[in-house]
Amino acid sequence: MKIALIGLGSVGRGVAEMITKKDLGLNITGLADSKSGAMDPNGLDIFALLTHKKKNGYCGDPDISTLDIIKKADYDALVEVTPTNALSGEPAIGYIKAALARKKHVVTSNKGPIALANKELRAMAGKKGVSLRYEATVAGAIPIMHTLEHGLAGNEILALYGVLNGTCNYILTRMAAEGLTYEQALMEAREMGYAEADPTYDVKGIDAAIKLVILANTIWGNGVTLKDVDCTGIDLLTPDALQLAEEEGCTIRLIAEAIPRKHILRVSPRIIEKTHPLVFDGTLNALTLETDMAKEITLIGRGAGSVETASAIIGDLLYIKDRYDGRA
Amino acid sequence: MKLEMKDSPGQLVAALKPISDVGGNIIAVIHQREPGSDHDTLDVQIVLELPEGRLEKLIVLLKEQGVHIQRIGEQRLLYKRTVILIGHLMHTDLSDTVDQIDSTGFAEVSELAMSMPAVKDRSSSRLTIKSVTREDMEAALAILRRVSQQKSLLLIEPLEESA
Repeated sequence: MKIALIGLGSVGRGVAEMITKKDLGLNITGLADSKSGAMDPNGLDIFALLTHKKKNGYCGDPDISTLDIIKKADYDALVEVTPTNALSGEPAIGYIKAALARKKHVVTSNKGPIALANKELRAMAGKKGVSLRYEATVAGAIPIMHTLEHGLAGNEILALYGVLNGTCNYILTRMAAEGLTYEQALMEAREMGYAEADPTYDVKGIDAAIKLVILANTIWGNGVTLKDVDCTGIDLLTPDALQLAEEEGCTIRLIAEAIPRKHILRVSPRIIEKTHPLVFDGTLNALTLETDMAKEITLIGRGAGSVETASAIIGDLLYIKDRYDGRA
Repeated sequence: MKLEMKDSPGQLVAALKPISDVGGNIIAVIHQREPGSDHDTLDVQIVLELPEGRLEKLIVLLKEQGVHIQRIGEQRLLYKRTVILIGHLMHTDLSDTVDQIDSTGFAEVSELAMSMPAVKDRSSSRLTIKSVTREDMEAALAILRRVSQQKSLLLIEPLEESA
């Protein structure tokens, strides 16, 4: 199956390297970063292009744009891994629409388009008879979408609880373990490369809320948006509060929670027993689903990382390949 | 409550029925034959929840069934939840915050632990709230949410999973 890859940041590089390294029946025929593009219907020399990017800061021909690749390259599935814009979703929404219009499958890790335009994009994909998949948007390597779609098919999902932001989990872990203040733990997270220069999205709970919106729309199709999430971050927590929780055998974690029956859709720091499956140290992510037949299921894994996120994207691509190859 | 009844078929069911008749909820039935006891009677311990004011009626109904009540232990506030409040707790009148719960009559703050750093810094406290029923607890937490918002306090609730 032929792949056009848009975006060569950490995730894009991971996808390119894994597709090249592993024999998966995937062939990259189009590649674009923010400054240039390259295409070849017989497959690109990915190693040469990545080396070129490392040396010169761009991968291909500066005269070929991202949209040129999407509109003209010969491919079956678009992998859209450009940076997230949570406010407008652009330019990624435009990229995805352009590929769907050509009846190309789309796989994305980009939360913006899926949180803002999931319904419209899914409808468009349905009309064109192609697939739109976004496993990588929520909880990195954890196959939550596959689990919902296949493993738990036929189950009614009654509620979900998750630790969906590794940065917050790391900060809370360090505050509890070492008695650090929020500011000290944040600084440490930055030094470790776990927090962005501007950590607002993470620590205010917005990143977790966007993921919650994607999950809620996927599971219940209820059309909720970021504005519907009751969102409280971790930036006002004190080490004393964690100590007070500790005295009761508990700790504090940032929990994203959706219970449609009770009209609950919120992200907030919560007191939680230390023996609870959603309590673990470091930057991992986890999700507990409550269902009518399977009852509780908890998935824990890496929520970020180049190759980890590539795992989710390649899972989506191979699903499409299995389902459509030969028909497309 | 601990009950003594005749050890014959149907007696246990007959003793349990009045509990549901008065709107009670049976939490546990412990029924153990003491070795060496005579076999005419049976001792049964029942843990149950009753709405306020129904106990007298239950006692009458049980006596009518020929059940002897040996002991009743009452615990009024069954539900317990712990929350943490962070903010300028003293400047925003902590005793008023606590009183907003206590004055409901159906819930009360039963324990309070507090840590106060420097005067200008935000303090943190842990409150244990007890209530008669689950609904009362929800109502108490709703009050606390409102008060926290008014006083710009951060309220951290426990994770309660129940779908």
